[in-house]
Amino acid sequence: MSSEHMLGAVASGRPHRTTPPPSAPPRTTSPRSTPWRQRAEIAFFVTPALALMALFIAWPVLSAVRFSVYDWNGLGPLDDFVGFANYADVLKDDVFTDAVIHNLVIVVGSIIVQLPLGVALALLLNRRMAGQGLLRTLIFVPYVLAEVIAGVIWFQLLQPDYGLIDAIMGGIGLTPPDEGWLGTPEVTLWVVLAVLTWKYLGLAVLLFLAGLQSVPEELYEAAQLDGASWFQTQWRVSIPLLGPTIRTWCFLSMIGSIQCFDMIWVLTGGGPADATTTMATYLVDEGTNRHNYGIAGAASVVLFAIAFVMALAYQLVVLRRDTKEEA
Amino acid sequence: MSRKTQALAALCAGVMIAATGCGGSGDSGGGDSTITWWHNSNNEPGKGFYEQVAKDFEKANPGVDVKVEAFAHEDMLTKLDAAFQSGDVPDVYMERGGGELADHVEAGLTRDLSKDSADIIEQIGGSAAGWQVDGKTYALPFSMGVVGFWYNTELFEKAGITETPTTMPELYAAFDKLEKAGITPVSLGGGDLWPAAHYYYAAALRGCSQETLTSAVADLDFSDPCFEKAGETVEQIVAERPFNKGFLSTASQTGPTSASGLLATGKVAMELAGHWEPGVMQGITEDKQGLGDKTGWFPFPAVDGGEGDPTAQLGGGDAWAVSEEAPDKAVDLVNYLLSDDVQKGFAENDMGLPTVPAAGSSVKDPALAELLKVRDEAPFVQLYFDTAFGESVGGAMNDEIGLLFAGKATPEDVVTATQEAADKEK
Repeated sequence: MSSEHMLGAVASGRPHRTTPPPSAPPRTTSPRSTPWRQRAEIAFFVTPALALMALFIAWPVLSAVRFSVYDWNGLGPLDDFVGFANYADVLKDDVFTDAVIHNLVIVVGSIIVQLPLGVALALLLNRRMAGQGLLRTLIFVPYVLAEVIAGVIWFQLLQPDYGLIDAIMGGIGLTPPDEGWLGTPEVTLWVVLAVLTWKYLGLAVLLFLAGLQSVPEELYEAAQLDGASWFQTQWRVSIPLLGPTIRTWCFLSMIGSIQCFDMIWVLTGGGPADATTTMATYLVDEGTNRHNYGIAGAASVVLFAIAFVMALAYQLVVLRRDTKEEA
Repeated sequence: MSRKTQALAALCAGVMIAATGCGGSGDSGGGDSTITWWHNSNNEPGKGFYEQVAKDFEKANPGVDVKVEAFAHEDMLTKLDAAFQSGDVPDVYMERGGGELADHVEAGLTRDLSKDSADIIEQIGGSAAGWQVDGKTYALPFSMGVVGFWYNTELFEKAGITETPTTMPELYAAFDKLEKAGITPVSLGGGDLWPAAHYYYAAALRGCSQETLTSAVADLDFSDPCFEKAGETVEQIVAERPFNKGFLSTASQTGPTSASGLLATGKVAMELAGHWEPGVMQGITEDKQGLGDKTGWFPFPAVDGGEGDPTAQLGGGDAWAVSEEAPDKAVDLVNYLLSDDVQKGFAENDMGLPTVPAAGSSVKDPALAELLKVRDEAPFVQLYFDTAFGESVGGAMNDEIGLLFAGKATPEDVVTATQEAADKEK
């Protein structure tokens, strides 16, 4: 209702207008409701996307849950109900429990290696210096490469005797592992971790650089006036203000590491001797190679549960501070 | 329309076509006059040969339309997997036999050919055993090969090995001679597991009697001590350290750094592999010759105190099967594919080792011709265990054998893991 209208009606005592002025929309229902036309429009445009999501995401997810309680080899009807036996098999399987450990090693390893490296590189690259663009590109290129392609490249580089890595090491007098980087069970997981670091460091640096852009210039000026050194400024100003970005990056890194699949599938296939199996390679192997779809379904549900609990815990314990600060 | 929306529209249309395409493919097999046939000879001369075969069949059967689809081997297997799950199987397709086939039969996907192809089954003889379930024959093997050591005759000569080993001590002596000559004795594609598993299968074939093996396949019973002894034989071979560096992660057949590549390029002296090996090596080498006239072959040596016949062979093959839903004419096509004429052409084009006796003399490649003799003289050919037992049991077995090669499992573990997986199948 316009104020002019209200004033007019009260002050002059003229009779009420039969129609409201055009500027005032009718507010008969609650302010949140939208007219049916608009709702229909939204429904019209959203339905195809929802249908695709239902077909390609919801349906497969629900199917996996359904398969997980049957003994099924992929052929014929789903009629051999086994309850939670597949879950028991998965949790009893050493290969799966090892896979969970490998995933956790990748989660922790990625964070403790990439975080300090990423922050240090971001701080360095945030200064004006020669060759900055080139350095940024070099660090970021691996992240842009498709994971499968990066895996194939590293697979060739890491070949014993004929690979470039062994050749370089031989050239500077170092001895590579006897059975090769990818053929020695004790070493291979660390090699995978190194390749993953090479691949994903670029993302960390990119995010941290973006985070540094949001640090107000005045703070640096103030620090400078107080006579703080470059190192002190970074430690007291940049890094604390980078906090929300770091916490978000950790979350992304954690979820990525829990689902780690492509790189390992290409580099090692989970071997040698299951030394690099992750939950994802385990379930793909059980499903597509062994046709134990029930076991694969159960493993995927366990993978989901672990990822969900970790994400939720992280949300509650760590990310909560960020949302509170903003609110 | 902007570029972006155009692209988006094209993508959406693509998704829709793909979706309907999946649903629509079933219709092609439905008509009585159309037969779909999937095979894996997707390069020449095989591809052209099969096209001609289809044309000849159409000519002899007016009104019948044979739709041939040639895939790369792995692609075909993936597509077949999907086809089996949807129940929408091509009319004529390839079966590898054993437990895999038994699963298809149990799901009612594969047609019993025992009566309609009785004559051919009789001709093929014992080779058909791998494609029989409960005494009925469900597919007709058109190519059967055996596994043994492929070796580089030049490198053997260089190392002073004059005769191929026939016992394990002789094999170890050959390893030593090669190593002294600075040659890596054996390449192994352990990254793929099955090449490593073939050592165990071969050791079991030499260690176990035919009776034990046959009943193991039928009853999934691995209690005979010979299965554990086979693991011990493998342990001994691994202890000799004859393999290429990094053999646990080496690929089997892709590129020059794979096990086949190492043999083809003269980097190692031998490799345990099947009848496909000359073809694989030809594909890897630039001159398309593989090892050429340096190619030699010898069977897996006898094992001391083993109950197996040293002339029995480990092998496997490919067979034509007809889907349960296929028109009757599809059976005629399969019978035609196993006719003397087609099998002769198959042999002349070096597409494999034919199963019909009349075609045997048509194999041109000397290495393959020799192998054919070995196969035909074998008292029996044991189907690769992982195929015979099916993916689930075979996969568990292969995994544990992989661990055995890595020194992370004992021969007893192999038997236990296999038996556990087998008990779930019962």
